Amino acid sequence: MRKALLVLTVSIVAAQSGKYGVGRAPAPEEIKRLDLTVLPDGTGLPAGGGSAAEGKLVYERRCQRCHGAEAKGGDEVAMVGGQGTLPTPKPLKTVGSYWPHATTLFDYVRRAMPFKEPGILTADQVYAVTAYILQLNGIIKDGERMDAKSLPAVRMPNRDGFIPDSRPDTGPKAKR
Amino acid sequence: MQWGAGIGVAMTGCSKTEKTAAVEEEGPSQLGATIRAYGERSPHEKSARFLPDTKTPEAASSRTPLADSHGIITPNGLHFERHHSGVPTIDPAAHKLLIHGLVSNPLMLTMGELKRLPSVSRVHFIECAGNSRSEWGTKGAPDVRQSHGLASCSEWTGVLLSVLLAEAGVQAKAKWLIAEGDDPCHMQRSIPLSKALDDIIVAYGQNGESLRPEQGYPLRLVVPGYEGNINVKWLRRINVTDQPGMVKDETSKYTELLGDGKARIFTFEMDAKSVITYPSGGHQLEGKGFHQITGLAWSGRGRVETVEISTDGGKTWKKAELQEPRHRMAFTRFRLGWTWDGGEAVLVSRCTDETGYTQPTRDDLIAVRGKNSDYHCNATKPWMVSADGKVTNA
Repeated sequence: MRKALLVLTVSIVAAQSGKYGVGRAPAPEEIKRLDLTVLPDGTGLPAGGGSAAEGKLVYERRCQRCHGAEAKGGDEVAMVGGQGTLPTPKPLKTVGSYWPHATTLFDYVRRAMPFKEPGILTADQVYAVTAYILQLNGIIKDGERMDAKSLPAVRMPNRDGFIPDSRPDTGPKAKR
Repeated sequence: MQWGAGIGVAMTGCSKTEKTAAVEEEGPSQLGATIRAYGERSPHEKSARFLPDTKTPEAASSRTPLADSHGIITPNGLHFERHHSGVPTIDPAAHKLLIHGLVSNPLMLTMGELKRLPSVSRVHFIECAGNSRSEWGTKGAPDVRQSHGLASCSEWTGVLLSVLLAEAGVQAKAKWLIAEGDDPCHMQRSIPLSKALDDIIVAYGQNGESLRPEQGYPLRLVVPGYEGNINVKWLRRINVTDQPGMVKDETSKYTELLGDGKARIFTFEMDAKSVITYPSGGHQLEGKGFHQITGLAWSGRGRVETVEISTDGGKTWKKAELQEPRHRMAFTRFRLGWTWDGGEAVLVSRCTDETGYTQPTRDDLIAVRGKNSDYHCNATKPWMVSADGKVTNA
């Protein structure tokens, strides 16, 4: 009842603030429940944490069937290896060789993996499996724990590998 | 029935005696089908999307049979699909859109509330950034459905995102927004605020009806001219931010690796592109003489200004007629009469958009991007007509 009253009060505020006054102001806890955003600076990362050793167990149970032993690839993409291959005729784009931010791995695993049961992993499990993939790529050391503070501080090998759009790149108006 | 017969005679110019004789042979006509609540196409029409052979059809794409289409609008049942975790079943009565982040007044809107707001209807193509990926190879795809079918065009109806952002009150330091779907994997993309304030539609209508489930029912973004993946379907949340999310589908995917190992990021616009849809791969010309060459052209940077067609593999070019009105960031139908002399011919089209940019060849693209950029292939597409009338990928 108290919650309903709160919503009613804020919706009157919203009605007065916009040009059309349509829609209502969401309660802060509603936003929090829906807000899955994780930014590269770590904004949005939840409490909790995990290590590569813990992550190996999560990986073997939840990920290995598609991504193969030690994330070397199976039915689905490899997540390790490929460093140094990007300028070659056969580039291997993996978390280790291509992804510019470690936060992306946490975010994607939390929202989209495992493929058939997205959202089933706890925050601790997601941190742990993230740590495992980073450790397999030699990006973090064995004992390093990934959490809201350490994960955004991880420097990915291809962090500076991206350039802005430089099109049009053909014809008389091409940017070179 | 007499009415119909009378019109038939007048329109076809049949003589009265011929018509009477035909009616006598057939006997009395049977009544046709009754009225029905929702129409279906003729059972003779079999045009269908191309489905890939995949173990994960929930994370796959189907392709529009562009060679079967007329005009510029893709029928809703044939719009290409790309899903990342299957098509969710969403009750529109329960669906809501949240706008939050760097806004003064976070907003929660129901579908009913969205439909009360001022709306627009605009014709726009949506093209997957991976469309024509096959054409990077030395041997392209055999038909236009497979080579270019990750593009479709619809009239979209909805509320301009700029209207919703004005309601929410965007704060001065905002530069981006992150849009998120209500599919099981909550697909998301970052979009520059400047585009959001320009022409993005929060759409609920497609070609006169509600969105199809596979097109984001009940709510999606339509981001005119931008790569398909950013047109987030099943839209549930818009987070206004000061930076992009650097999410999986804008870093590990939908970035273009160049020859030097660097990759382009945030390559939003789909470059100007055209393709001949008749005659195209898989067609068999019925005989020498007149054929109308036709096809589709589009640009993510505005209107298509010209389409040229060559029937000799690019040696000489003729301007095609463009269907009017030409919408910005929409399919434009082109047509050109052609008399086939029965010899070998290589048909190819190239378009120029309102920025003056002309569609390049595959060689032009590879010269500047190398062979590993994967996305954004807008190369010209030649089709070979053999002396027996068979049309194949050249």
